Amino acid sequence: MIHLSDVRKAFNQGKANEFWALKGIDLSVPAGKVTVFRGPSGSGKTTLLTLVGCLARPTSGRVRLKDRDISGLPERFLTDIRRSTFGFVFQQFNLLKGISALENVMIPAYPLGHDRKDLSRRAHGLMESLDIGAKAQSMAEWLSGGEAQRVAIARALINDPEVVIADEPTANLDSERSRQFLGIVETLKASGKTVLMTSHDPLVCDTAVVDHVVTLHDGQLVDSGA
Amino acid sequence: MRLWLNKQRNLLDFSLSSLSRRRGKTLGMLAVYTSIVFLLASVMLFSHAIRREAATVLAKSPEVLVQRMVAGRHDLIPARHLDAIKGIRGVQSAEGRLWGYLFDPAAVANYTLMVPTNPRIEPGKVVIGDGVVRARSADPGDLMSFRAHDGSLVQFKVDHTISRDSALVSADLFLVAEEDFRRLFGIAPGLFTDLAVSVRNPREVIKIAEKIDAALPDTRIILRDEILRTYESVFDWREGMLLVLLAGSILAFAIFSWEKASGLSAEERREIGILKAVGWETGDVIRLKMLEGLVVSLSAFLVGYLLAYAHVFHFGAGLFEPVLKGWAVLYPKYKLTPFVDELQVATLFFFTVFPYTIATVVPIWRAAIVDPDTVMR
Amino acid sequence: MIFQPAIIALLLASLVGTMMVTASLPFAVRVLRFWDTASGSESQLEMEKRTYLVSTLLVVVLLSELASLILFVFNADRMSSLFVGAMCAVGTLNVNEFGFPTLYLKIIVFFAASAWLVLNHVDSRGFDYPLVRVKYGALMILAPLMAVAAGVQLAYFLGLRADVIASCCSTLFSGATQVTSDKLAAIAPEASLAGLVAALGLVMVAGRRALATGKGAVVFALLSLVAFAMAMEAVVAAISVYVYELPHHHCPFCILKGEYGHVGYALYLPLFAAAALGLGGGIAQPAARIQSLAEAAPRIMRRCVGSSMAGFGLFGAVTVWLIWRSHLILIEPERLLFFLPGGQP
Repeated sequence: MIHLSDVRKAFNQGKANEFWALKGIDLSVPAGKVTVFRGPSGSGKTTLLTLVGCLARPTSGRVRLKDRDISGLPERFLTDIRRSTFGFVFQQFNLLKGISALENVMIPAYPLGHDRKDLSRRAHGLMESLDIGAKAQSMAEWLSGGEAQRVAIARALINDPEVVIADEPTANLDSERSRQFLGIVETLKASGKTVLMTSHDPLVCDTAVVDHVVTLHDGQLVDSGA
Repeated sequence: MRLWLNKQRNLLDFSLSSLSRRRGKTLGMLAVYTSIVFLLASVMLFSHAIRREAATVLAKSPEVLVQRMVAGRHDLIPARHLDAIKGIRGVQSAEGRLWGYLFDPAAVANYTLMVPTNPRIEPGKVVIGDGVVRARSADPGDLMSFRAHDGSLVQFKVDHTISRDSALVSADLFLVAEEDFRRLFGIAPGLFTDLAVSVRNPREVIKIAEKIDAALPDTRIILRDEILRTYESVFDWREGMLLVLLAGSILAFAIFSWEKASGLSAEERREIGILKAVGWETGDVIRLKMLEGLVVSLSAFLVGYLLAYAHVFHFGAGLFEPVLKGWAVLYPKYKLTPFVDELQVATLFFFTVFPYTIATVVPIWRAAIVDPDTVMR
Repeated sequence: MIFQPAIIALLLASLVGTMMVTASLPFAVRVLRFWDTASGSESQLEMEKRTYLVSTLLVVVLLSELASLILFVFNADRMSSLFVGAMCAVGTLNVNEFGFPTLYLKIIVFFAASAWLVLNHVDSRGFDYPLVRVKYGALMILAPLMAVAAGVQLAYFLGLRADVIASCCSTLFSGATQVTSDKLAAIAPEASLAGLVAALGLVMVAGRRALATGKGAVVFALLSLVAFAMAMEAVVAAISVYVYELPHHHCPFCILKGEYGHVGYALYLPLFAAAALGLGGGIAQPAARIQSLAEAAPRIMRRCVGSSMAGFGLFGAVTVWLIWRSHLILIEPERLLFFLPGGQP
């Protein structure tokens, strides 16, 4: 589904502190599977995730999404693709404070111009299916870690994306909650979604639900999984 | 179209919710913005109301005034000129006027003396304006005495006072009978201060003025329209000067808004990063921030304007009477007639909303271009 | 005379607008030289971000130009009491030779800014920003245009001297030149109305063709500019006269006043919008040849042409209504009937 060929990404280009986070990656991410990027911090796995998820453009190299070359697209179009194709669950969950959990879930859909009533119904449905329906009106900052993550998952799913991307999903959870999260991943996979995660948690990498583990080191692939 | 409308509505909803989330900052901004609008709107409403007041007063004055000039100075005009003017075709009526100024050492103020013809005032009586009442704390029935030109004492009994609402021009009025006026200043009968001419057809004013000028070469002719024009331009100029002086505050306001818009808190920066990461586009964020600005602008404009309206028309514009009303020592106390003018509202809008928008464009843009992947770094 | 509040506002607005566009010029040069959509280098990414600023600024400029156009006319009308012989805005604009050029330049800047925004809109629908060089090249034309407009406006306001009573003598005979609006109307009302009907008819025909076939939007754009000019002429020569019900008062500005129920806005807003959108249609059409815009450009063109036709239609409808409710008869009814059938399709 997603193919990367010789992808490189530089930061602070042309300056003294120029730094290449990715140094030539060739990779294919299959549809409908669960793939994990593994590696120590600073290995470039999060940067890779941002390129795959259309959050950023590679400095050189090609990214193809379903046979469309998206590496040269300006932000406007990349955003368009991103919001219909990818849903993101961030490590810090990144919920907006001061507004309700429900509103947090609805935020990604605002620029699409859907009817507000439909949207709210859809958000409620998603929250019910993740067992946090009761928390819909709670302020985001009152939620526990596990609840906040589920709100973040609901937010990732509001535009019905094909791919769900999770950055270090279990880093802020105890092992019980981590297992519950993997349960959710399983249902996502069962419903046909592609799931991409970064993690160095053995609990995640060794679960049955994970199809591929890709290992990175120092901006290069060590093991592209099989 | 529906999608577009829904999108704007969603963005507006969200911008309202984020404004209310940052209540302190929003209220601070609103307070400063509102006071700027208040200040400028007060200046404009006030000066405009005064202009209108003057125009209303002048509307009752004669179309043409004839004054005699001697060596380039205004001098008394003999009554025989009246006959010459009355002979001109198209002149409806012409009459001599007596008026002047009188310095009252007791009040340290100048009064404007006039001799009204209709209704006449009985000799020995005087009708005084509101300012004079206050300066001398005079009531009907009181006696006021002044030294005439020859040193003799002239006494007046206050007949009644002129009501307050007839505006600023009447404040320092001192209306006396013709005999008293002549005795006070030693003006011989048959001489007038100037002549007031009314014309039957307003279109003929200029023609008639030309004829008077030809018949009476030692006079200058003042048309009511010219006075109006002069007033307009003087008041406009004063208002403009005041605005230029206030430009400093507009600039300070623009800098303040720039500051506020660019000094995003870490929390706001994080929020924008999140919005972009979950699928908002730079353009959406700019639109969101612009909507926030619009909401603040419109509410500040409305509130500031209403406050200024109350200030000028209900509280007598206490803040800058002295600047705009000019040189009169006897400040009139009066209520201005409320009047709102579209041009003014438009101008005011330009002076406030425009600088605000300009000042915030760049900071908003700078905030909106945060890379969407920052939240993952 | 520049210490009038409205004048200060106008000068400030055009100064700031010109400065904002001029300040974008170095960036425009950079785009012309270094733009490369395929590159993912940081400098390219930075340029792409910068385009958002420029287009936002241009939106602000367009809005402020529109607002200042209205303010300018409004102010001219109000100031007419300061000049001997000036009865309304026409008189004020005729006080010196820069008055009408200022107005025309303001209108031109308005159209230029709206054309740029249409170009920008079209360009941003193509994933490779195919028109980016055209767009920033156009910015280099817009900037001097705005500077000239601001300069002429400054010259106009600096040259205004109110006819104020001097202390020595009255101004009575110094400047009594009668400035009226009669001379604006060089064309007979019949001819101008016939021209308007013909121009609107052509616009509608061309518009229908453009909507049906997707071609001919450039012709439509040219026709809509012609129709704009004809409509202005007709306002001066005939429509305004019907509003005032005075056979010799030909003024395109007084109809904006409250005395006439602000009907001028109902005429001018659709007319300006229609002409600007018509122009936009003509800009969108050629872009359809570019591969990445093959789908978006015709859609934008249709939307522009459609709304432009609606605008002209509205203008026509308001005109007909104004003539119909007027008590004035400029043209014999049977002669009027002669051109009506050729009118609105």
